[in-house]
Amino acid sequence: MGAHHHEVVSVEEQFEFTAESKRNLLIGMGVGIALVLLGSYLLSQGGGHDAHAAAGHGAEHDHGAHGYHWTQRIIANLWLNSVYFAGISIIGMFFISYNYLAQAGWSAVFKRIPEAMPAFLPIPAIIMIVLAVFFGDKIYHWMHEGIMDPASANYDAIIAGKQGFLNKPFYIIRLLLYFGLWYVLWRIVRNLSLREDEIGGLDGYEKSIKYGTAFLVVFAVTSSTSAWDFVMSIDTHWFSTMFGWYTLASWHVAGLATMTLTIVTLKERGYLKAVNESHLHDLGKFCFAFSIFWTYVWFAQFLLIYYANLPEEAIYYRERFSGYGGIYKAPFFINILLNFVAPFLVLMTRDSKRTSVILKLACWSILVGHYFDFYTNIMPGTVGANGGFGAVEFGFVLLFACAFIWSVSSQLTKANLIPRNHPMLEESLHHDIA
Amino acid sequence: MAEINKKFLVGVYDDEDIALAAVNKIKSAGVKIYEVYSPFAIHGMDTAIGHPRSRIGIAAFCFGVVGFLCALTLTTWTMGIDWPMVIGGKDPLSYPNYVPAMFELTVLFTAFGMTFTFFISNGLGPTVKPLLFDPRCTDNKFIMAIDLSKNKLSETEIESLIKASGAEEVSVKQL
Repeated sequence: MGAHHHEVVSVEEQFEFTAESKRNLLIGMGVGIALVLLGSYLLSQGGGHDAHAAAGHGAEHDHGAHGYHWTQRIIANLWLNSVYFAGISIIGMFFISYNYLAQAGWSAVFKRIPEAMPAFLPIPAIIMIVLAVFFGDKIYHWMHEGIMDPASANYDAIIAGKQGFLNKPFYIIRLLLYFGLWYVLWRIVRNLSLREDEIGGLDGYEKSIKYGTAFLVVFAVTSSTSAWDFVMSIDTHWFSTMFGWYTLASWHVAGLATMTLTIVTLKERGYLKAVNESHLHDLGKFCFAFSIFWTYVWFAQFLLIYYANLPEEAIYYRERFSGYGGIYKAPFFINILLNFVAPFLVLMTRDSKRTSVILKLACWSILVGHYFDFYTNIMPGTVGANGGFGAVEFGFVLLFACAFIWSVSSQLTKANLIPRNHPMLEESLHHDIA
Repeated sequence: MAEINKKFLVGVYDDEDIALAAVNKIKSAGVKIYEVYSPFAIHGMDTAIGHPRSRIGIAAFCFGVVGFLCALTLTTWTMGIDWPMVIGGKDPLSYPNYVPAMFELTVLFTAFGMTFTFFISNGLGPTVKPLLFDPRCTDNKFIMAIDLSKNKLSETEIESLIKASGAEEVSVKQL
């Protein structure tokens, strides 16, 4: 309302996934695989056996050091990237769902971008299910042989007490449920949106509100439980009641940064002409606000543990801060620097949120930062003193990122880039926050 | 905000869209608009009238920095210098413990600072008589005020412009 000075531009736009983009992405994936192979070779030559650096903390990583094999680092990396990119993907559905529920109008014009993101879900889903079934004991302490068997030498009474939730059959069922429910609900809303493009009317919109709300109810529970399953239970002795929120906050802001980055990039390539500075400003606000929200949750978890200083809780931060020869200290601080300090200072002013270069910079900071967020949460519990950041880590990130961009790009070609019959589109085209 | 010996033309509108269109129309005729009063915020009105961007964000940042520094000084002085205390086995100066206090004081200073900045810059206060062209702007009407001393066009010319732009009534107000 009120933005009478805007020129209304055409909403007919077809995204083209060019041969050049495809070639670049294939090269990216090829380089990723080459880096992984190179890194694997280096690790297999003994680069990963150096556990002596953390000899003083022997008791902390009994599951990491005993019988460590360099392939564990490959498994841990696959797991880390799957969790990170699965989270970013599902945030696309999360975003459109709460926008439907709130009957938000402003976001209609770029809705196809978050809508395209969950298409990537099957890939991390398959990787994670295969890893959990066949290599679960390489990731999870609680999947170790005989850990819940009182007769075994490996028996751990505390972990055995969690058997009701942490047992393999129930775990696999949960994995299937998460990905199944997320993907099916997204598919339904996506199909409604594509149908709306062809036939118009309010039917698709009203049904999308219902299914979006159903997804939010599902995600309210599964975002927390999946965070426990994917990440928290790696350090099986430890638990935090903040962890579900914390992981959701991390995924959410990373997903928002992915959306913003995609929208800015598309705009720079001549697409999404109807997206104006007000949309970018609001997306920037989202990234800014949820960076602070993530920090709030991160700090709330940290402060309670720091203040109470109970050994069984504080060990989690001790391992990351100075354990394993201090190799996780840098990621620990990079995390806070890139996820709080940088976006907080960079995105504070109005003009920075309206300048694409600065917006992109902040988005990259958030994306790299949240990779390290998951890195700090997953690596110490899986590879411990054998962790690091080398060719394998770079290679896997590159491989997953290129595959993710491929998936989003091919989804974007499947429909008009702007949902031409969305009932809120007119409001969105005139979005003006002055 | 009492301004003595000024003559204003006051137009009353019934609809915010008409009022916004009227602002654009009257501005394009070269008339300077003093202010538009509305019961709620109208998107795009500030830019249409030609008001410069609000600087309250800068004020907010400054108040926030002041609040943060106050909290930093308070915690450092009390817990580190004046009366160091060991709590929970921690060093007296354990800054993670003081982050909540720093956060709260930053927010408190920013909120109060912005509120008082807003009051002062808008001339609001317990004893100040506010400038009110038409009390209906607090209810259901949109009031446009034009300062005649700031405009080159004559009173009758501006009056006909206001009427042509869809105003329900036009009156003269002497302050």
